[in-house]
Amino acid sequence: MENLAYLFAAYTIIWAVIFGYIVFIYLKQKKLQQQIDLLKQSVEEPDTGNSP
Amino acid sequence: MNIKRIFGENLLIVLGFALMIAALYMVFMYVPTDKHTGIVQRIFYFHVPVAWVAFLAFFITFIFSILYLWKRDIKWDTIASASAELGVIFTSLVLITGPIWAKPVWGVWWTWDARLTTSLVLWVIYVAYLLVRSFASEPDRGAMFSAVVGIVGFIDVPIVFLTVNLWRTQHPTMIIFEGGLTTSMLVTLLVCIAAFTVLYLVLIKRAARLKQMESEVRRIKNIVA
Repeated sequence: MENLAYLFAAYTIIWAVIFGYIVFIYLKQKKLQQQIDLLKQSVEEPDTGNSP
Repeated sequence: MNIKRIFGENLLIVLGFALMIAALYMVFMYVPTDKHTGIVQRIFYFHVPVAWVAFLAFFITFIFSILYLWKRDIKWDTIASASAELGVIFTSLVLITGPIWAKPVWGVWWTWDARLTTSLVLWVIYVAYLLVRSFASEPDRGAMFSAVVGIVGFIDVPIVFLTVNLWRTQHPTMIIFEGGLTTSMLVTLLVCIAAFTVLYLVLIKRAARLKQMESEVRRIKNIVA
């Protein structure tokens, strides 16, 4: 089992990067959806959207 | 989102998941340990598919960049840029897993070998592609300039692929095409390639959707402003 650490490191990094990217996509998509909903709301109701 | 689309997307995820489980089983339980390089050779079963996906991603960027410049339709740019982003991620993984394999086998993490150097150049080209987009004053200009980078930069992909034949390199040659793998090794590699290809398809769909949403936000902001 010589060099097991290298094998472990390679596979861990691959999965960490892929998993990290999936989480990034998910969080960004959620944030953008919220932004789109808010913007659509302000387009549909221009008088109430920007009033102080 | 219609039922057919949800079903198709979920089917792809299930297929990718099943293939990935099969790939991991084959890499760690089925395929025999290489006599020369030992257990560390198992990195090869993920290193090669990751490189394949990077090439595929840049090929998709190349095709859709041409389509964008030709038709000037933002949907082609959305796919091209999403694929370039994935290509950079997968090339980064190639450049990380390669040295992890090289250290115990060659004794060094990195050498300025033709395959390694051209792979690093490829990574730099597509990082530049992403930077051109983010620094552009207008999204349309960014899309146009990055499309040019995406097309010209693709020249490096066949160069990276052929380096082991064109120059004397330290990097292993294309043993897949030279019959240097046993049947079990070849089958394992093909399953891993299939698993990563499906993973790419799942990710490109999600990433392209994200880019689409970003341009939608910009469009609505312009209406509001």
